[in-house]
Amino acid sequence: MGKKHKKVVVLPCSGIGKVYGAVARETAYELVEKVRPGLATLTCLPLLVINDPEAVALVTENPVITIDGCPKDCAKKSVEAVGGRVAKAYEAIRFYKEHKDLKPEGIAEVTDTGRKLAQVAAAEIAQEVDKLAAGEGE
Amino acid sequence: MDIQVVKVGIVSCSGEEIPEGTLCRLACRKALDERPGETVTICLPLFIAGGEEERTFAQNYPTITVDGCDKMCAAKATEMLSGKPSKSLSIPEILKKHGLKPPTKLRHFGPEEEAAVKAVATEIARAVDEVLEEE
Repeated sequence: MGKKHKKVVVLPCSGIGKVYGAVARETAYELVEKVRPGLATLTCLPLLVINDPEAVALVTENPVITIDGCPKDCAKKSVEAVGGRVAKAYEAIRFYKEHKDLKPEGIAEVTDTGRKLAQVAAAEIAQEVDKLAAGEGE
Repeated sequence: MDIQVVKVGIVSCSGEEIPEGTLCRLACRKALDERPGETVTICLPLFIAGGEEERTFAQNYPTITVDGCDKMCAAKATEMLSGKPSKSLSIPEILKKHGLKPPTKLRHFGPEEEAAVKAVATEIARAVDEVLEEE
């Protein structure tokens, strides 16, 4: 078993052009605000783009889960670009493929069905958050 | 004769950690949707994660950056990694100018935040007009 962690960073896609970017963000907010508050934590992805020291320290000193909205994988690549290691990388569309009854809509923010999909995704990702906090899976 | 249509690039801070970031995304999206023929956007992290086409974004389009806090990630990243923006807007300054309070939540904006979204989108549209006039 590896080192235990008090924080697990959850980094969603930043996009405002596609629905799965919004699903990724909604999932991250669900984790941080409701499902694992105090354990799951966020930072702004653009802070990594400008090499902000606090944000870089956060993602290099704690396990990181990324949730990307498209195959360009900006969140994952941004963490790797500053020397962080992504413990688990998700693509938001995967959750829709597994829950075809929850088709998300909306671009900057998701509508009700997208929120439900994000709740399902957050519940699944929470298991990974717990493992990483316990020092497993790294 | 070729007629070249100039589009203005809008680069939004995504600010996932702060309510102003959500305000920024919603206002940028509104501005983009209201000016579809004249505006284009890019996801900020694509300056790092994308290819040559994404990195030359600010060289191909006159660009307006919109930031949610004084770290000015969108303005700095655009200038560092792509090209100097034509204009840089700041959400705190826009809210101050319009006498509006900053939003307090990260998601699920509603009627309480509508005035702020509208004010920022209006300022973006004004900046788009100014940039197009200069081109």
